[in-house]
Amino acid sequence: MTKKGLFLEGVTIALEGRVLVSLTCRVAPGEVLTVMGPSGAGKSSLLAYLGGFLEPAFTARGRALVDGVEITALPAEERHVGILFQDPLLFPHMSVAGNLMFALPESVKGRAERLRHAETALAGVEMAGMGDRDPATLSGGQKARVALARVLVSEPRMLLLDEPFSKLDMELRQQMRMLVFSKARESGLPVLLVTHDEADAKAAGGEIVRIGE
Amino acid sequence: MLTRLGPLITILLLTGPIAFGLAGTVLPAFGFLPVLGGMELTLHHFRTLFSQPAILTSVAISLTAGLVTALFSLGVVVLFVAGWAGTRLFGRVQHLVSPLLSLPHAAAAFALAFLIAPSGMLVRLVSPELTGWERPPDLLVVHDPMGLFMMAGLIVKEIPFLLLVTLAALPQVRLKETRMLAASMGYGRVAGFLLGLWPAVYRQIRLPVFAVIAFATSVVDVALILGPMRPSPLAVRLVEWMNDPDLSMRYLASAGALLQLGVTAAALGLWMGLERVGRIMCIVGVEVGVRLRRDALLRGAALLAMGLAAGAVFAGLATLALWSFAGLWQFPDALPASFTLKSWMRALPRIAAPLYTTLLAGLLATLIAGLLAILCLMREEETGRRPRRALMLLYLPLLVPQVAFVFGLQLFLVYADLLATLPALVLAHLVFVMPYAYLALKDPWYAFDRRYNQVAAGFGKGRWRRFALVRLPMMTRAVFAMGAIGFAVSVGLYLPTVLVGAGRLTTITSEAVALASGGDRRIVGVYAFWQMLLPMLGFGVATLVPALIFRRFRGMQV
Amino acid sequence: MLTRIVAATLFALAALSARAEDVHPSDWQGVLDGARGQTVYFNAWGGAENINAYIEWAAGELEKRYGVRLVHVKLEDTANAVATVVAEKAAGRDTGGSVDLVWINGENFAAMKERGLLFSPGWAEALPSWRYVDHENKPTILTDFTIPVEGMASPWGMAKLVFFYDSARTDEGTLPQDADGLLEWAKAHPGRFSYPQPPDFIGSSLLKQVLLEKVEDPSVLQEPVVEKTFEEVAAPLFAYLDALHPVAWRSGRIFPQNYPAMKQLLADGELDIVFAFNPAEASSTIADGELPDTVRSFTFPGGTLANTHFVAIPYNASAKAGALVTADFLLSPEAQAKKQDPAVWGDPTVLALDKLDEEARARFEAIELGAATLGPDELGPALPEPHPSWMERIEEEWKRRYTAGN
Repeated sequence: MTKKGLFLEGVTIALEGRVLVSLTCRVAPGEVLTVMGPSGAGKSSLLAYLGGFLEPAFTARGRALVDGVEITALPAEERHVGILFQDPLLFPHMSVAGNLMFALPESVKGRAERLRHAETALAGVEMAGMGDRDPATLSGGQKARVALARVLVSEPRMLLLDEPFSKLDMELRQQMRMLVFSKARESGLPVLLVTHDEADAKAAGGEIVRIGE
Repeated sequence: MLTRLGPLITILLLTGPIAFGLAGTVLPAFGFLPVLGGMELTLHHFRTLFSQPAILTSVAISLTAGLVTALFSLGVVVLFVAGWAGTRLFGRVQHLVSPLLSLPHAAAAFALAFLIAPSGMLVRLVSPELTGWERPPDLLVVHDPMGLFMMAGLIVKEIPFLLLVTLAALPQVRLKETRMLAASMGYGRVAGFLLGLWPAVYRQIRLPVFAVIAFATSVVDVALILGPMRPSPLAVRLVEWMNDPDLSMRYLASAGALLQLGVTAAALGLWMGLERVGRIMCIVGVEVGVRLRRDALLRGAALLAMGLAAGAVFAGLATLALWSFAGLWQFPDALPASFTLKSWMRALPRIAAPLYTTLLAGLLATLIAGLLAILCLMREEETGRRPRRALMLLYLPLLVPQVAFVFGLQLFLVYADLLATLPALVLAHLVFVMPYAYLALKDPWYAFDRRYNQVAAGFGKGRWRRFALVRLPMMTRAVFAMGAIGFAVSVGLYLPTVLVGAGRLTTITSEAVALASGGDRRIVGVYAFWQMLLPMLGFGVATLVPALIFRRFRGMQV
Repeated sequence: MLTRIVAATLFALAALSARAEDVHPSDWQGVLDGARGQTVYFNAWGGAENINAYIEWAAGELEKRYGVRLVHVKLEDTANAVATVVAEKAAGRDTGGSVDLVWINGENFAAMKERGLLFSPGWAEALPSWRYVDHENKPTILTDFTIPVEGMASPWGMAKLVFFYDSARTDEGTLPQDADGLLEWAKAHPGRFSYPQPPDFIGSSLLKQVLLEKVEDPSVLQEPVVEKTFEEVAAPLFAYLDALHPVAWRSGRIFPQNYPAMKQLLADGELDIVFAFNPAEASSTIADGELPDTVRSFTFPGGTLANTHFVAIPYNASAKAGALVTADFLLSPEAQAKKQDPAVWGDPTVLALDKLDEEARARFEAIELGAATLGPDELGPALPEPHPSWMERIEEEWKRRYTAGN
């Protein structure tokens, strides 16, 4: 049994005794698991659970492992779970490069070195030379790409995608899907995608789990 | 865990002084004050209290002041919001009125006194040309026996307060949609608002309204400046008894403080009765379907009242400023015969110490209150509970009349040998700053998009680093605004400063009110100018500094 | 280890407090040494800016000359300082009190002396500057409101009830000559006279002036109030007030809070006759631009109330040495001359000019009293203050009768 990838083992999330999600599954590195369901079905709770932000009102059982590490036993900041939301959520008080440098692991030392890493990552999403920009001045597509670059430079163990394309217009949406999934594959990250858009699931190409139906 | 301590310390800070203070008031009222040899329980002091000349008149004045102030200021605010919310004019008036929120009560009272006294600015402007008055008319306006001008002084200060809390509650109701709906059914603006939205809004601002009543029934500084003198409102007489060299008067003062507590409670009780009447009127209004289509007069009156209230204070402040630069200024001249910097030069060296205390006490109290408020909010987020009862607790210092517990608190501070020390003063101010600090931070705190936290955690940032590097910078503006509000509250505090500072630690406000008894308008002008200036500086800093820090980032400019 | 630190601290504290207890002006060098570096909390009425400014000046000089830091605790009523000391005594705080020096006379002095709240034995007459004091010709320096001072307070200034009017509005010939005349004048000029609401010191003083003039036998006022006869003795006073109030300012429904408020009313033209306890008050306010230069003074030919005001040291003061140095400085010819200058304060000196040396005398003679100030020979006879119990009793009666006014 390979230990690589994401393994959800008997994950059960309940609210006031009502079970919302009950899931056991495995996602290989570079693969995408798509979780679909109507709003209020507990998709976001599943993400919050994995990210370490489940509201105290919810109860959860089971565990989640990435590459053999039980992340659900760790505090949020030690899980290294990269998240992309439907909003890019760039920090408005930092420059574009600042956003990336904030995400960069501490093991990369020295300001110049960190900046170089950030610039490289920006170039990887076709945003070369934009490091000095104020995030508020970017277009929607640019912001989404910076958000992607940011989560990638943080060297996460896995990616959580919370309807990340739903606020983009049709054309951009297709581009971003391609970009995100190809980057995830490149980095060998297991991905958990939450969406209610069938097209997302199709583009992801992986297994689909439906909940709350 | 630091955050766990937050609510604990806050609760202790809010309830401790109040509980100890009330105990220190209640026990002597029933004759128990061992230091003075009072060991037996007796009702004697209440008999003495009720045999004081005109004590019931004092009670009546306090009670009326509470109810009239609340009714009038709330009425103006409701009608104004009902009649004008969503219009361009509304925004303008709101901007005009907001700065008044930070103005200390005493300064507003001075402003009004300088304006409407028989020798005040208004009479001067029209005399002798229109009135034929070469001498001020012998009219009893300021200090009138019924306290009408005291109530006016309170109303002009409470209107901005209630307007602001109402505005804060408005986003939670669907103003625009409801108005369109009501209009489509043929309701006028005012009726549509009152019948459709007001009940939901009122529920949110009920505690602030209670705070207004509690304050107005027990106010001391405004009463000293504008209030009746024969007899004075209850709270003023209490402070007199408390300061009597005859220590046995402390029993009387404590009994009086208990009576004050009763008066405030009675005012609140009567108000709840009025609430019921209002509710019935609303229900009847809905059932009958009062359309009030031609409400232009009502809307006009609300706008006028609003404008008058703000205009009077601003005109009064201008008069105050004028007096501070005046040389000889005889009646009925509308302007001084000469201008001089003498009052400023004379006051400046003596203003330094109170200014220093004001700044220090204000900044320390605000800083501590801000930290505690943040810890409480963090804890709430951790536990996912937003306790309703805690909110009630926050309002406690605003609902219990200051005189009723600051007396007893003073007694404890004397025992602890802490009277007139900076820590004691900061603690006393903290009790009153804390509620505002929490309330000011609460909404921005919950408005913060918590997904930023999750994103940052995904990058391996622990909770304190997330707080320091993400949430705090993004909330800079709100934190500074909280600071400005807390500081303004502290600057305006009179009674706690007088009783805890015991004359040795004085602030601009306590000095200004002390000087008011001297009647020197020029010096009062200088002090009131500072009273007005300090909170304004606070708000200036709160606006400019975040804008400067984040001038590069458009997303941080609001 | 800890016990040793505690013991050492206690010892040091004991030594300190022993030194503080030992001060007496007979060892003046010792007082000066002890005063250096001390902070003196001077509790003094703070309602008049010129007086505040004078105290500010004194603070500067004291710091410069003696290294004493003088802090003016501005009181609305001297009774508050008395209350503080009373409270401290009740709480057992017999050293390290918060009041070091207090501006005092009359009922407050009597109360503190009676309760043993004053630094004693008498120290004032041992101050270096006492040798200039005119106690021979100014009996109120030794007897305050019938109470022997016994050196437990150091004289600071002289006070006499003096009336002011604006000669631009009021003709000198119409001015009243006594209390009865004042009532007649008030009837002829309704709304143009009032007095500060008792227990304000100045307001109560007018009541005493009227009582002194109207009482059948003034000698009873030199003794404490006898409750049995009070009503009868005071009856003429309250009959007078009952007649005055309907024709007073605002029909007697409210009263000015104190003298400065009354002064402002004179400036505004609301009142025509006001009064103060400082003969030079008008001149100093003219100099300040608060009153027009047409204001003049007058007194009653039959005499007006006069007294002395003092500074005293509470028994538990923290900075006794500093307080002694301050009291002596306030009594020095230089400080007294500055105080008498109407441009500064205008408060008459307690010193005898013939006891001063040439240079000091010249300082006093150089003072420009101004047209609004009556010379010492024009002030008229001085009426002695009644026993302090009269003031308290009258104030109480006033409250009983007039608190509920409409």
